[in-house]
Amino acid sequence: MASRLFYGVLLALVLSVLWLLLSGYWFKPLLVGFGVLAVVVALVTTARMGLLDGESVPFARLPHYLKYWSWLGAEIFKANIAVVRISMAPDLNIKPVMTRVAVTAKTDMARTTYANSITLTPGTVTVEVEETGFLVHALTEEFADQDAFRDIERRAIEAVEGKDVLEKPRGEA
Amino acid sequence: MDYGFWIALGLDIVSAAFVITGAVFVLAGAIGVIRLPDFYTRMHAAGVTDTLGAELIVIGLMIQGGFTLITVKLALLGVFVFLTSPTATHAVANAAYKSGLKPLLTRYRPHAGSDDGGAA
Repeated sequence: MASRLFYGVLLALVLSVLWLLLSGYWFKPLLVGFGVLAVVVALVTTARMGLLDGESVPFARLPHYLKYWSWLGAEIFKANIAVVRISMAPDLNIKPVMTRVAVTAKTDMARTTYANSITLTPGTVTVEVEETGFLVHALTEEFADQDAFRDIERRAIEAVEGKDVLEKPRGEA
Repeated sequence: MDYGFWIALGLDIVSAAFVITGAVFVLAGAIGVIRLPDFYTRMHAAGVTDTLGAELIVIGLMIQGGFTLITVKLALLGVFVFLTSPTATHAVANAAYKSGLKPLLTRYRPHAGSDDGGAA
């Protein structure tokens, strides 16, 4: 119960800040009033659907996500250069591969982050999601490096679940 | 001495460099889409356009915006592109795979016989 209150307050705070930043109306009482109404409606709907948990309101872990995203951004930059170099080479020489990547992450959020990170990195795309692994299409064999995938998964789990949280049933965290 | 002019000029140059580099990557992605052989490999080239190309252009525009609400909106835009583009790419790739489109899995080297190919 206490955690639901925490996530409710957090969601209200984030939605209010977002509304103010996107609208830019700080001092017009009528419009700010409508903004408050919008936040309340969104909050009540979320609470009624039972979605007030760490998965729907992931903002408490924002610093971890920012750290992960900046690391991923650097990886994406490197992969972009590699893909452009291959696709623009006068002597186009590729050998695409389909490879299966094992997944150990348990929570949906960590699995989604991992799959999306693979897709976001040019040269590799997650084609199919299965229970114990992903089917990944890679532009050449160099991109289908299992150790690199391991590294992405380890960092994704660390960012999404934290080091101490192993597996907790939903709604109890 | 008035430094304002030089700071504005410097920011303009940096921002223009980001936008132009982004545009070059978008162009490279488009050329890759034309050159690569099949659906799945073309998807990788398209990925260049909506990661590095789009994000560099957004960063360049953020420098133009300065410390304003526009910059905040551009930053959010960058985050949303970052989160939604892989989802869209996966949806398209998964649809193609599910409907039975077989990927090309052999070596593709169309210019192997030409002068460039011999040198490499």
